[in-house]
Amino acid sequence: MLRLEARPEPSRAMVMLTPIIAVIATMIAGGILFAFLGNNPFTAIRIIFWDPLFNDMVASYTRPQLLVKAAPLILMAIGLSFGFRANVWNIGAEGQFIMGAVIGGGTALALYPLESPLVFPLIIIMGGLGGFLWAMIPAILKIRFNANEILVSLMLVYVAAQFLAAMVTGPMKSPVGMGFPVSRNFNEYQSAFNAELLSNTGLHFGVLVMMAVVIVGYIFLTRHIFGFQIRVSGQSARASKFAGVNPHTTVALCLGISGALAGLAGLFEVTGPAGKLSTNFPLGYGFTAIIVAFLGRLHPIGILLAGLLMALTYIGGELAQFQMSIPAAAIQVFQGMLLFFLLGVDILVNFRLRWDSKSKEAH
Amino acid sequence: MNLIKTLLAGAAVATGLAGAAIAQDKLKIGFIYIGPPGDMGWTYEHDQGRKAIEEALGDKVETTYVENVPESADSERVMTQMALSGHKLIFATSFNYMDHVMNVAKKFPDVKFEHATGFKRADNVSTYSARFYEGRAVIGHIAGHMTKTNTIGYIASYPIPEVIRGINSAYLAAKAVNPEVKFKVVWAYTWFDPGKEADAANALIEQGADVIMQHTDSTAPMSEMKKHEGIIGFGQASDMGQFAPKPRVSSIIDNWAPYYVARAQAMLDGTWESTDTWHGIKEGMVEIGEMTEAVPAEVRASAQELAEKLASGEVHAFTGPINKQDGSAWLAEGETADDGTLAGMDFYVEGIEAEIPN
Repeated sequence: MLRLEARPEPSRAMVMLTPIIAVIATMIAGGILFAFLGNNPFTAIRIIFWDPLFNDMVASYTRPQLLVKAAPLILMAIGLSFGFRANVWNIGAEGQFIMGAVIGGGTALALYPLESPLVFPLIIIMGGLGGFLWAMIPAILKIRFNANEILVSLMLVYVAAQFLAAMVTGPMKSPVGMGFPVSRNFNEYQSAFNAELLSNTGLHFGVLVMMAVVIVGYIFLTRHIFGFQIRVSGQSARASKFAGVNPHTTVALCLGISGALAGLAGLFEVTGPAGKLSTNFPLGYGFTAIIVAFLGRLHPIGILLAGLLMALTYIGGELAQFQMSIPAAAIQVFQGMLLFFLLGVDILVNFRLRWDSKSKEAH
Repeated sequence: MNLIKTLLAGAAVATGLAGAAIAQDKLKIGFIYIGPPGDMGWTYEHDQGRKAIEEALGDKVETTYVENVPESADSERVMTQMALSGHKLIFATSFNYMDHVMNVAKKFPDVKFEHATGFKRADNVSTYSARFYEGRAVIGHIAGHMTKTNTIGYIASYPIPEVIRGINSAYLAAKAVNPEVKFKVVWAYTWFDPGKEADAANALIEQGADVIMQHTDSTAPMSEMKKHEGIIGFGQASDMGQFAPKPRVSSIIDNWAPYYVARAQAMLDGTWESTDTWHGIKEGMVEIGEMTEAVPAEVRASAQELAEKLASGEVHAFTGPINKQDGSAWLAEGETADDGTLAGMDFYVEGIEAEIPN
């Protein structure tokens, strides 16, 4: 019988190396997959990982686009990582992302066509608040009734999606949208539009906020008492009580912070790159962010790198699709492999495989 | 000897250069699809059009595509990447790519864009669509004859003019042959979602519909119809012939191939211009799929006749007298609808007992 046995002290070096090993394993297994589909695996891997960064023709455009694509993922993943460290499992960032976009974007639509420098800060606050309040529902139910936050936050994703659909087919529907369930385009509203800060870079305000959150998140995690508290809560509930940590506060803070950051991500996305609210607005970023959080080892710097890596596979995947006719489904399998290998390697780092012989059992 | 060597080398270089020049001259054409080519509906037919370009123009062109592109910033990025990597003609095959097409077109004045079903144009952006409503009239005619419960179900996607026009056209044709007919409309708010489409089909069957039309792209409604005795439907966008002879008794096929080949040819000839194309049965952009034995011979004959008359222009799908749903007059006796009104149609005709969601 094969058995997993916990390693008493997992190697620190291996913990750090895990993501790199996972990426290499993904390249190998993905390469085999592409070869079976009749594509040159080396070209495919080069197009996915190299071309978006260094190809003469496209890289000047795709490099900044990596930040644009990664910004919401990183922003959400950092929020989630605090909770995941403290054993508070917010699986519903997608819902908080939607609510941030609806509440913040809805505020902008309500103010249209008022032009004022106060509009943008206001809708940022409303976006963060939308996500925060949505995350407070599982927080309060957890604190008051000990309801499982995994289920509650996940279910609220679907409620949020229905709320969005009701809004864009009703009060927020664009008067010039030809009947489509889409809101007014935010680029028609200067005060609310999350525009490119430098032309042709794609960089928008949300990218700056993301970078600030990476730095602040790093300081919180490593230098601040809050970082210590969540780490203790995650390791042992009893120990954290001795350390004076109130578990209810931890739950509220972790869900609140991750909700607010998801809400901000939704607001920046809807007023910028997406451009409008529609039923097609949610693309699963909130779920991808969970992968990014783990891929980044629940560490802000790691998450920054992981988010960029995910964005690279998206953008490189698009290039591979039209340059090599690799089907979209194969690209998704490729992305899925990344998480699979990460978790697989993780297990081997923390556990060792033991072979129990039958004779042992006979004793 | 040396001379010969030099000559040979020179020839080699020349052929090499010529080869490179040909490779360079290959016209790169990109497509972005809202769904997968395997949807057997909307995207499938656009992909058939892409293949037709390759078949017709062979070595002179190279076509590429990206599937499942959301109508978001992602579409803008994909089109930009295509433009940067040397594509000179890009087909965007879903309505809501519209603003993104315009954004990218502004940045790449040398690249030509073709946007399906949209209404925003520029010097390098053309729009094109098909007069699907002509096909709707033909299947509405069949439906009116075939329904026994006098209830026709309609799986609608979004309440936009194109869809509303189709409902009106099908209703008028059905009513012309069966005054008792009633339409039930379910709004799915999606172009392609097999789960939702199947639910909609079942809801309509439960409400007594025995003929179902769909303006969504998957074959899921067909699979549901197949489970019930005596329910028929029509292939949408693509023939969906795998469900013939029943439940699929006919279909409306979007045939983009001739248009796509013509546009690619125009690029090669240097005669491409920004245009707005709206073709119907006459030009072959809308085709009626084979009517199966499940439809009585005389109905097949009359439906065929209607299709021919629509093609020749002898009959228009919207010919007065027609009132709007609220009873106000729209078209007088013998008057036909103009394209402008049809393009922006946001009302039901009289007799439809439903409301357009708003």
